[in-house]
Parts: sequence; C-alpha cells; structure tokens
Amino acid sequence: MSNVQIMTGNSAAAYGARLSKVQVVSAYPITPSTSVTETIANWVERGELKAEYVRVESEHSVMTVCISASTVGARVFTSTSSHGLLYMHEQLHWAAGSRLPIVMCCINRGVGAPWSIFNDQQDSIAQRDTGWIQIYCRDNQEILDSVIQAYRIAEEIYCPVMVCYDGFVLSHTMMPVELPDVDQVCQFLPPYKPHTILSPEDPRNINPVIFPWQRRDAEGVLRDGYMDMRWKLQRALEGSRDVIVRASRDYAERFGRDHGGMLWGYRTEDAEVLIAGMGSIATEATAAADLLREQGIRAGVIGIRVYRPFPRTEVREAFRKAEAIVVFEKNISYGYEGALSADLKAALYGTGTDAPVHNFIAGLGGRDVKTGELVEAVRSSLAAITAGDREKQTWLNCVTE
Amino acid sequence: MEPKDDNISAMCKPAVGEAGRTGDWRDATPIIDHAKCIASVKNRPACYLCWLYCPEGIVTAGVPVKIDLEYCKGCGICAEECPSKAITMVMHEETGK
Repeated sequence: MSNVQIMTGNSAAAYGARLSKVQVVSAYPITPSTSVTETIANWVERGELKAEYVRVESEHSVMTVCISASTVGARVFTSTSSHGLLYMHEQLHWAAGSRLPIVMCCINRGVGAPWSIFNDQQDSIAQRDTGWIQIYCRDNQEILDSVIQAYRIAEEIYCPVMVCYDGFVLSHTMMPVELPDVDQVCQFLPPYKPHTILSPEDPRNINPVIFPWQRRDAEGVLRDGYMDMRWKLQRALEGSRDVIVRASRDYAERFGRDHGGMLWGYRTEDAEVLIAGMGSIATEATAAADLLREQGIRAGVIGIRVYRPFPRTEVREAFRKAEAIVVFEKNISYGYEGALSADLKAALYGTGTDAPVHNFIAGLGGRDVKTGELVEAVRSSLAAITAGDREKQTWLNCVTE
Repeated sequence: MEPKDDNISAMCKPAVGEAGRTGDWRDATPIIDHAKCIASVKNRPACYLCWLYCPEGIVTAGVPVKIDLEYCKGCGICAEECPSKAITMVMHEETGK
C-alpha cells in the first residue's frame, strides 16, 4: 500500500530521519532549515519518535553533541543552513576525522555579508574539503530517500554524509512524497554498528595528540601517524562510490525509486549540448532541455547528485561524447570560477574529451532562475562557441557593468 | 567487508607512559628535602599538596612522597605550591651538546 502525502522538503527530510529511527537529534534553529528539527522535536515530545532531542546554544555545540552521541553508539541526525553550517565548520572536520557516520541535512542558503536568507549553494560548497560526503537532491522525494540511503552509506564506510537541498525552492515547497514502509526501511538499513564504543567499562582517550610518525602505544599496538589517518579518510571517500551506487540500486529494487547513484542523465543519448548542475537548478535544466529540443537544439542534462566524492569516472563517461558543456551552478569560488565547473573540467583533463565548457553563475542569494533564462543562456553559449569562445564565465541575470 | 581497523580513528587507553618517556622533556628537576615536609594525616610527615597539584599524576602519595622522574616534565608546580618550601627546582647544567 503506497502512502503518498503532500509535503515540503523539510517535512520529507524529517520523515527520512524518523524512518531511519534516529536516536539522538540536536539542532539550533536557522532559516530555512528550522522546520526540519521543529517537526522532529514535536514527534519526540509526543512520544512518536523514541529519540533524545538535545537543545544547545549554537551550531558548533550541535555538531559536538552529534559527535559525542555517535561515539557512544547512537544514530544521530541534525540539519542546518548557511551561517549555522559555517559555525560548525571546525566540528565538521572533527566528525569526519573521527570517522563517525553522522547524517546532516544542509538546506542550502546564501552566506553573508550582507545578510541573505535566500537560496544558493555557497554554504555547503564552502565545506567541500571537510571529509564529508555531499549529496545534492533535486526534489522532495529524493530528500527523504537520500536521508535513508545516507545512513546506510555512512555506517558502511564510517564517514559523515551531508544531504543538501535548496532552501525555499525545495525546503518550503510542497510536492507529493511517498513514505516507505517503516519495516521495509529497517530491512534496508540495519542497526548502526559503531567502529568503537566509548563506555565507562573501557575508558579511552578519543582523538589524543597524534604525532607526524607512526608509534606503538603503551600496549605495543602500532598506531598510525596523522598523515596515515588522513590517507585512510581519503581512501574511504574514494571507495565510497561503490557503496553509494550499491545503496542507490538496492533502494531502487526495494522501493522502486532510483535517484541515480553518483549522477543522473536526462535526454543525453543524442545530445549536442550537455547541461550540468546540482540540485534544483539541474531539475529546472531538464525543462530547459525540453524547450531547447522543441527549438531544434538537441540538449541533455547531467545532474551531479554526489559532489564529494566527485564522480570522476561517471563524469568522464557521461561527457565522453559531449560537443559543448554548459554548467549552471549556485556558488562561486572567488577568484576562479564555479566549483562544479572547475571540478568537471579537471575530471575531463587528459581524457580526450575536448568540449568547450561554459560556466554560468546563477541564482546567488535567491535570485530567480527561470527556465526561459536557462534556454537563452544555452543558446547564447552555443552561439559563442560557434564564434570560437571555448571558455566563458557568465553571471546569469546579474548587473555586471 | 574489510577486517576491523584499530586505527580507523585516533585513540589511546589510559596507561603509564602512553605519551612516551616524558621525563626527558625536563630541564629542571624537583629535589625534595623530606625533613621540611609538614605532618598532616596521623602526624606523618607528608601534606600531599605536591601529590594533589601535580598535573602529571607522577607523585606517589606515600611517606615520604616520591616523584617519578621517568615522567616528571619539570614544570615546577609542586615547588610553587609546597607551603614549607621543601621542593627546590634544580636547573640542569648546559651540556653544550
């Protein structure tokens, strides 16, 4: 029996956590993430979700609570946005370095100064190098499904996962979402087995000072040096691709929904131009591709679902035959270009794919991105490419003079 | 499934010398004149303030008190806190090495 409800992205995220039977939730409210943990707090208060809800004074403390709870063996959840995420930054490194399978929703919002409560992806992109896996969702159903999958991925490889989705565009927009059966979710998601449990019976010092070199501890066990541990984190993230794809496939078999593992494609087979993006802007690009095809331009879309680890192999395969690539993204790596555009070009280096890549910075701080504007942008790019312009950065719908 | 990795995250168990022989960090050594120790419990000559204040836990609370020089880092807190000035920090000679 399918149970479809109309709900916001934030409700979908909360249901994802509930269905994953999270045991500890800590959060500090920040727009547009607030209603995720507000919903969960209500369930905990009414006894509908058997979890500990820990209220703290800041996002930095939120992540320390998550780290502590995960260390003693609890499945933990939190969500945040923008400055809340930035305030956690230091603890994000601690969570990944401690190899804790924490799952957090980042409801993407622009970063000050000046203040903006509106959507872009600068907040999570700025956390790219913290050792967290990052998944970008394109609709509310994917948010719910990705939270459940995130626990399976995180707990298999012992790395934290950030499930990112666009503030307001998804967080506060209602769509039909199918709620999976709780027992079926239990079968998909076995209980969390911590790599180490901190308990009074077996006292230990977690994360002591680690030397640059390997050394034996007092019991004679050879302990890694700092750099060896960093390599293991890198290996874990590189190796997580298979786990992510397998979780996605297994989920599809059980629940009938496949969100594409590392990335997804739309009308790509015969495409002369491939549009790339992450999150809701990629969803919108599918509508733009349809319009472009009506105008006689064979356009397709590649949606990057997992940004870290970067889908190196999948990107190479997806863009192998590309004649032109147009990247739309809601972030800017100041002094260079959009983060996705840079990574995408790096992945294609030396592969023989020599398509021009045009980069559009779009929708920063919630500036509207209309489907028609994407269509026009792609058309202008193709015209520029025909005129010999192989590399171009454009700020879409922005006063730049 | 890979076998469990003891080094997946950094940790250590409480044990003597877990951080190595930290006594060689020392450049001043505490010398106790036990004749100056103040009697406290049962009138025995030890007040144990050095034991209480030592941040390294390397003062043994016996009579007389003993300092484990294998791990004493020479911080001098015991000498600073001793009410009868029974502990003197003796600077090491410059060896010129």
